[in-house]
Amino acid sequence: MRRTLGRWSLLLSATVVLAVPQASWAQLTSFQLETWLNTPAATSHVGNITGDAKAAAVPYRRYCVGCHGVLGDGNGENAVWLDPKPRDFQQAIFKCRSTPTGTLPTDQDLFDTIARGMDRSNMPQWSTFTKEERANLVAWIKHFSPRWQNEKAGAPITIPPEPEVTPERIKAGREVFARVQCWKCHGVQGMANGPSAATLTDDLGRPIQAFNFTDGTRPKCGDTDQDIYRIFMTGLDGTPMPSFADNIKPDEAWDLVFYLRTFMAQKSKEKEMAKQLGLKPVDPNAPAGQQ
Amino acid sequence: MRKHFNFAAVLAAVALICCGALILGQKVNAAGEGKITGTVKLDGAAPHMKGIDMSKDPYCDKAHASDPAHLEEVVVGANGGLQNVVLYIADWSGAAQTSTAIPVFDQKNCMYTPHVLAMDVGQTFKVVTSDQTTHNIHPLPNPMTGNIPWNQSQPPGAAPVEKSWKAVEVIPVKCNIHPWMNGWYVVVKGPYATTDASGNYTINDVPPGSYTVTAWQEKYGTQTAKVTVAAGKPGTADFTFKAK
Repeated sequence: MRRTLGRWSLLLSATVVLAVPQASWAQLTSFQLETWLNTPAATSHVGNITGDAKAAAVPYRRYCVGCHGVLGDGNGENAVWLDPKPRDFQQAIFKCRSTPTGTLPTDQDLFDTIARGMDRSNMPQWSTFTKEERANLVAWIKHFSPRWQNEKAGAPITIPPEPEVTPERIKAGREVFARVQCWKCHGVQGMANGPSAATLTDDLGRPIQAFNFTDGTRPKCGDTDQDIYRIFMTGLDGTPMPSFADNIKPDEAWDLVFYLRTFMAQKSKEKEMAKQLGLKPVDPNAPAGQQ
Repeated sequence: MRKHFNFAAVLAAVALICCGALILGQKVNAAGEGKITGTVKLDGAAPHMKGIDMSKDPYCDKAHASDPAHLEEVVVGANGGLQNVVLYIADWSGAAQTSTAIPVFDQKNCMYTPHVLAMDVGQTFKVVTSDQTTHNIHPLPNPMTGNIPWNQSQPPGAAPVEKSWKAVEVIPVKCNIHPWMNGWYVVVKGPYATTDASGNYTINDVPPGSYTVTAWQEKYGTQTAKVTVAAGKPGTADFTFKAK
C-alpha cells in the first residue's frame, strides 16, 4: 500500500515539475502538433474539396521535404543552395495572399501557390498534382505552425469588377504610381532600378530584388489583372513590398494595374494606348500632383 | 520503505506548494499611487555614431542639410545621461493596459521619432508620417510569440496607422525604402518609462510593493535592480551601462 502511495507521489511530483515549464511555452511541442493532426481541424477547404493532412504525409516526404524540410522550417537539405530560401511553414508568413498584411492566407491562397509555383525561384509549378492532392498538402502545411491553431485566416480583400481600360485610366494610374512612389524601388520605367532598389532586404536580412516589369518574367503571385491588384493591396509579407490598401482606393487600384501593364514586355491593350498617348515616365522631382 | 515514502511525499508536497505559489502569484495588485524614478547613465566615452548618407532620397538629404543625421544606437546627453532606455517591471503581476494614452511613432525627416517606442501589451499605438516622401513601416517580430509581422506603406499625407501587439517582445522596425531607418517597439507588461535626453525616467502608477526593475538598451542589453515602493514614497533605481 505504502509502496503504491510512494510511487504515486513520485509520479505526481514528476508530472508537476515537468508540466509547469511546458505550460508556459508559447510554441506547441511536436507531441501537441501530432495530437492536432488527429482532430477535424487538420483539414483544408478549397471550394468543395476537403483536404486531409494525414493523406499528404507521404507526398510531402516525396516532393517537398528536400527543400522545405522534415519540420517544415524551410531547412531541407537543398535549402543551402537556394535563393530565395524555401518558405518556413513554422512562421507561416506567406507572400501570396488574398488577405491583408499581417494575417494568415486562406486555404485557397496556399492551394493556388502550389499550382502556380514561384517564378524566379526553385519552387516549380505542381500542376501535376490533382486538386485533392494539393488540398491535402495545404492541410499538411498548416500543421507545421501553431499559428493555424491560434489564429484565423484573414478576410480576403474585395476586388471590384474590372472596369474597361481607357487612356484616362492609364493616365490616372500614372498619377497613382507617382503619388505612392512605386518608383522608389521599381524605377520610373518599372525596371527595378529605383533609388532604393539596391539596398532592399527581406525579413531574413537577405538581399532581394524588386520586381522588374520589363524583362518578360511573371510576377511571383500571378499575372492576371486581379493578381496584380491583389499584390499591391495586400503586400507580399516577408519581403519589402508593403500593403497599399490604406492609400490606394479600389478604383485607383485598377488605374494603377492598367498603368503597370504598360511597362510589361507582353503585348497589351494598355501598352498600345500608352504608345498613342506618348506617355513619359514619371518625374521623381516633380511637385505633388504635377506629373 | 517508509523512508522512501516520506521522501516522496515531501517532494510531492513541495512541488504542489510551488505550483500553488505560481498560480496565486498572478493575483492582481490593487491600484495605487506610487512611482519609480531614477537616472540611466553611460560610464565612459560615448561611442562614435556614424553619419547617415541620405543622398539617395533628395527629400531626406535636404531635410538634414544643416543638421547631419547620425545613427541613434547610443544617444548620450548631458552628464552621461543615456537616452532611449526603456524601464519596466520584469516581475509585474498586475493587469496589462494600465494606460489609455496612445504612443505616437513619427516618421520625421526620414528618421523615427522617437527611436525607441515603449508600450504595454495590447496598448494601441499610432504610426504617423510628417514626411513628403513615401515610407513603409515594417516591424519584424517573431510570429511565434503571437506578434505577427506586417508591412504597410505611408506615402506623403497618409492617414495614421493604428496597431497594437499581443505579446511581450522587443520588436525591430524598419523602412525598406530608406535602409538607414530603424527603430524599436519595446512591448512590456505593466507600467514602463523611457529615459529622456538627460537619462531621467519616472515609472508612474506603481502600487506599493517590491519590484525588479529592468533597464533595456538596444546595444548594451538589460540590467535589473530591486526596488521597493512605499505609499507616498517613490522607489529609486539608477543604472549605469559601461560604454563599449
